[in-house]
Amino acid sequence: MARNELSSNTITGNFYLPLRQQDGGTENFALDVDFKIPGSGVTGIFGPSGSGKTTLLRCIAGLQPCVTGSLTVNGTPWQQSGNPNRSLAVHERPLGFVFQQPSLFPHLSAKDNLAFARKRASTEVSNEEYDEIVALMGITALLGQRPDTLSGGEQQRVAIARALLVKPRLLLMDEPLAALDQARKREILPYLEKLHRSLDIPILYVSHSVEEIARLADHLLLMRDGRIEQAGSATELMSSADFPVHLGDDLGVLLEAEVIDRDTRWNLLRARVAGAELWVRDSGESLGERIRIRILARDVSLTRTEDQQSSILNRLPMRVRDITPDADPAMVLVRIVPQRFDTIASYTHIIARVTRRSLHQLALEENSPVWAQVKSVAIVR
Amino acid sequence: MAMLFSLVARAEQLTIAVASNFAAPMQQIARQFEQRSGHQVKLAFGSTGKIFAQIYHGAPFQAFFSADQAKPAQLVELGLAEASSRFTYAEGKLALWSSKSKFVDSNGEVLSHGSYNRLAIANPKLAPYGAAAVEVLQQLGLEESTRRRQVQGENISQTYQFVASGNADLGLVAVSQLLQDGSTTKGSVWVVPEHLYSPIRQDAVILQRGLDSSAMNEFWEFVQSAEARAIIRAYGYRTAQKIDNNINAE
Amino acid sequence: MLNNADLAAIWLTLKLATTVTLLLLVLGTPLAYWLAKTRSWWKGPVSAVVTLPLVLPPTVLGFYLLIFMGPQGPLGKLTESLGLGTLPFTFTGLVIASLLYSLPFVVQPIQNAIEAQGRHLGEVAATLRAGPWDSFWHITLPLAKPGIVTATVLGFAHTVGEFGVILMIGGNIPGETRVVSVQIYDHVEALEYARAHWLSAAMLVFSFSVLLALYLLQRRKSADGWRYGPQ
Repeated sequence: MARNELSSNTITGNFYLPLRQQDGGTENFALDVDFKIPGSGVTGIFGPSGSGKTTLLRCIAGLQPCVTGSLTVNGTPWQQSGNPNRSLAVHERPLGFVFQQPSLFPHLSAKDNLAFARKRASTEVSNEEYDEIVALMGITALLGQRPDTLSGGEQQRVAIARALLVKPRLLLMDEPLAALDQARKREILPYLEKLHRSLDIPILYVSHSVEEIARLADHLLLMRDGRIEQAGSATELMSSADFPVHLGDDLGVLLEAEVIDRDTRWNLLRARVAGAELWVRDSGESLGERIRIRILARDVSLTRTEDQQSSILNRLPMRVRDITPDADPAMVLVRIVPQRFDTIASYTHIIARVTRRSLHQLALEENSPVWAQVKSVAIVR
Repeated sequence: MAMLFSLVARAEQLTIAVASNFAAPMQQIARQFEQRSGHQVKLAFGSTGKIFAQIYHGAPFQAFFSADQAKPAQLVELGLAEASSRFTYAEGKLALWSSKSKFVDSNGEVLSHGSYNRLAIANPKLAPYGAAAVEVLQQLGLEESTRRRQVQGENISQTYQFVASGNADLGLVAVSQLLQDGSTTKGSVWVVPEHLYSPIRQDAVILQRGLDSSAMNEFWEFVQSAEARAIIRAYGYRTAQKIDNNINAE
Repeated sequence: MLNNADLAAIWLTLKLATTVTLLLLVLGTPLAYWLAKTRSWWKGPVSAVVTLPLVLPPTVLGFYLLIFMGPQGPLGKLTESLGLGTLPFTFTGLVIASLLYSLPFVVQPIQNAIEAQGRHLGEVAATLRAGPWDSFWHITLPLAKPGIVTATVLGFAHTVGEFGVILMIGGNIPGETRVVSVQIYDHVEALEYARAHWLSAAMLVFSFSVLLALYLLQRRKSADGWRYGPQ
């Protein structure tokens, strides 16, 4: 009974799939994963190109046959290792799949593309649900058009709506923004966030973009060379200085915060994270709302004393927790925590990326008190 | 040495068009002639109608061995062939043949009484053997009764093929075809009496391009010689009485 | 101009070409689909057999069919044991011969059209809960439409133009096996050049119109800018 409860809200599985490298390399690549993902929210699958993210997603969908693999989604077995008879074919799996490439059927209008999915949905789609999904993706005005008259971003929104109309119990998204240019990505990201908020089905989101993952993911699977290197909460994993993927300028921390005050005169919000308070630009969030903010390591500078003359608003009294070398030999990463905290929860830290020379001039070492100047704080959602 | 030289010096090449049904005897005749004279003979085979059209449109043939009399006569009329050269080199004989043994009786009664699926004849519009076949059926009063079972080959070779492959139980084919293939041993045959059809005369003419060739004159003489006529007869043709007389008179 | 025999030949030819084209679409489409999708070892041999009529002289095909469908041939034995008699010299025989002869002209355009679609849209359809059969009818076939149109036109035109095979197995029976091309041949052989001209000209105009229509149709399709999946 207890086991049932446990498995009824998780996606568990394992796959072993040897594949020959596509680029003709002699080295064999094997997907070799064993995972347990929460059965709700967005799980980002993140990693460099060729790490097996897409292959994993295709295995879960059944698009990539994988004999040595098992998969159970929220209590329902989809396939069992070595038992191909118990394996559901792709079209029997109650899933939605959003592809990276344009995927609308070119001979059908946007509306008929949606109708194709609705007709085959696992349970009937009511008119209300239909209208809701169409409105959610903002495609009401596009329905009469043929795919080739839609922009890449519009096509992708129709494709997402189409995937939702089969009433999936799991939504798989394979780099849905990768084929779009920057402007189109910005156009579509808000729709994905809305999706996240208004759907109660689990979403697996493959991406190699830190920005997308930071904005969308609740959980994270980090992949490298066909294996899952780390798994856990997105904020936790993305705030660690030893993040396994080299992020360069994208390195930073992801923090959960709460809006506690509004300064209408200067158009600012006061946000509280565990142990510190920060000013952020007011973009309409309401008081008490939970937000997610991102502080990049390159945007944090350190001073020994508080610099009252600085233009920088967010000056925080912190102390050095530890210092780790950066991939760049001129730089170091300094992890700092709020001064007032004795026991340090791992997610409360900030990372500053400073030169080795500054470190030496300020004579910083572990436990040195220090002021952190945070040049920019981004609300990612 | 001098003799050999002179032989080579006057060796010529002849290009002759021959109706397909006469291919085999003509190859043998040409071979004999080449050995005898040192000239070379190139043979082009085809249906009489096609060869006629080709000659009309300037094909470089020097002589034509037709499967009928009409086309050589027409070529003469058109001024494309030499009238005096025209002669009947062979007369075809018609046989009722089946590839099944004991199917055809010695009087050809199978045509009127027997049960057979199809009777193959050559297209009477195109092939002299076809016209002769229709004549035979008319003479026997069987033209109407056999019509529904008739199939036509475009030429006599195809008619032969229909019967040989067993697709038609019966066919009116050329005796020369049966002798060539040795197929008479396999099936059964009735050689149609000659009074039932007009002679199937095959004429030959020298064409304009062959007129000035002394080698052609030699060849023409050879084809009418007793040796060549023996070959022709061996292939199941009759050789015309008139020519026999001519040769005998010499 | 055209006499009754000519008209009968034209009518017979159209009847033959229509029958053959319809049958080829029904039989050739699954074959083309299989060839486009399979990774089986059999793909090579089957493709070669389908393509054979393109390179074989029609007389070779006709000769073998005559034997194959004859009373000693395997097909002939079968049809005779079924009480159908043998097939040479019958309309049915011509249909079977033409099926073989025009097969590559129908299979190849459809196969190419399906291959050009790639696998992506099929996968998309599967994730939208469409099974293989569903996907074939609603995605593969509609997207292969330009290829199917080409196949229909080429299959029809090629059957109309067929001569060698029919000559070999037809038996020149008016209304049954005497098609236009054979009729033209007869006219030429009989030196009836005027009648041959009329019929030949009709055939030339017909073939030209069909191919021109096909070309115009294809150009309009490509102007529509249909795309088949990812490039």
